[in-house]
Amino acid sequence: MRYITPRKAAQGLGSAHSGTADHWFLTVSSCALVLLVPAFLLVVGNAIGLSHPELVAYFGRPYPALITALFIVVGMVHFIKGTRIMIDDYFQHTARKVAIIVSVVFSWAVIAAAVFALAKMTLVTVAI
Amino acid sequence: MADVNRGNRPLSPHLQVYRLPMAAVTSIMTRITGHALVAGILLLVWWLVAAVSGPRAFAAADWVVRSWIGFIVLTGSAWALWFHTLAGIRHLFYDSGQLLRIEEAERASWAIIIGSVVLTLLSLILFFFA
Repeated sequence: MRYITPRKAAQGLGSAHSGTADHWFLTVSSCALVLLVPAFLLVVGNAIGLSHPELVAYFGRPYPALITALFIVVGMVHFIKGTRIMIDDYFQHTARKVAIIVSVVFSWAVIAAAVFALAKMTLVTVAI
Repeated sequence: MADVNRGNRPLSPHLQVYRLPMAAVTSIMTRITGHALVAGILLLVWWLVAAVSGPRAFAAADWVVRSWIGFIVLTGSAWALWFHTLAGIRHLFYDSGQLLRIEEAERASWAIIIGSVVLTLLSLILFFFA
């Protein structure tokens, strides 16, 4: 017998035993995004209107590439967690599982596409 | 059950006649803007991938980005991004136990709405004139 109340035993643990990890992740990533949002808007604002070779050279530079990569990776993982809250609110049973899987798979596909594009532009620029 | 009064009963507060507090409106808007941002991200990631796919793919994506459709999507996304950012900052205050009184939450809601519009206009001015 454990001399501990049921409330104490459950405190800090969700049904998945991960407690407030999702909330904490959203807090940490939101702090990062507060810095990344203005930086990303500046990077994109400077990129729109460039010719094709100029654009490839622009995203081949470290600052635009890193800001864009960080914004999309952190932003999309933040999106997974945020969407999860919405899904938990509105969907039940199989629909919930399907929605979570679609959200996670879609977000990582977006991340992969963006990172691939940025990596290729960086390497093309280096090759020149 | 024979003489039930059907026409003269008080109405319960209903969503259609209930004026949402501004904190509730901005809370709902936070969720909507967060999810709607996927449109702007998809457009920009398509644009980046097109840039490494070839000249024709890039020409198509770049045309959309610079067209009026792209202008509407990207301006809307910029506003959604600023709104979601300011609302997220308010959540950091909420988590530390601040801005929770009704008047404070109401004022913060207006600050988010007005601030997001101002920052979007500043972003557009910076984009077109700087």
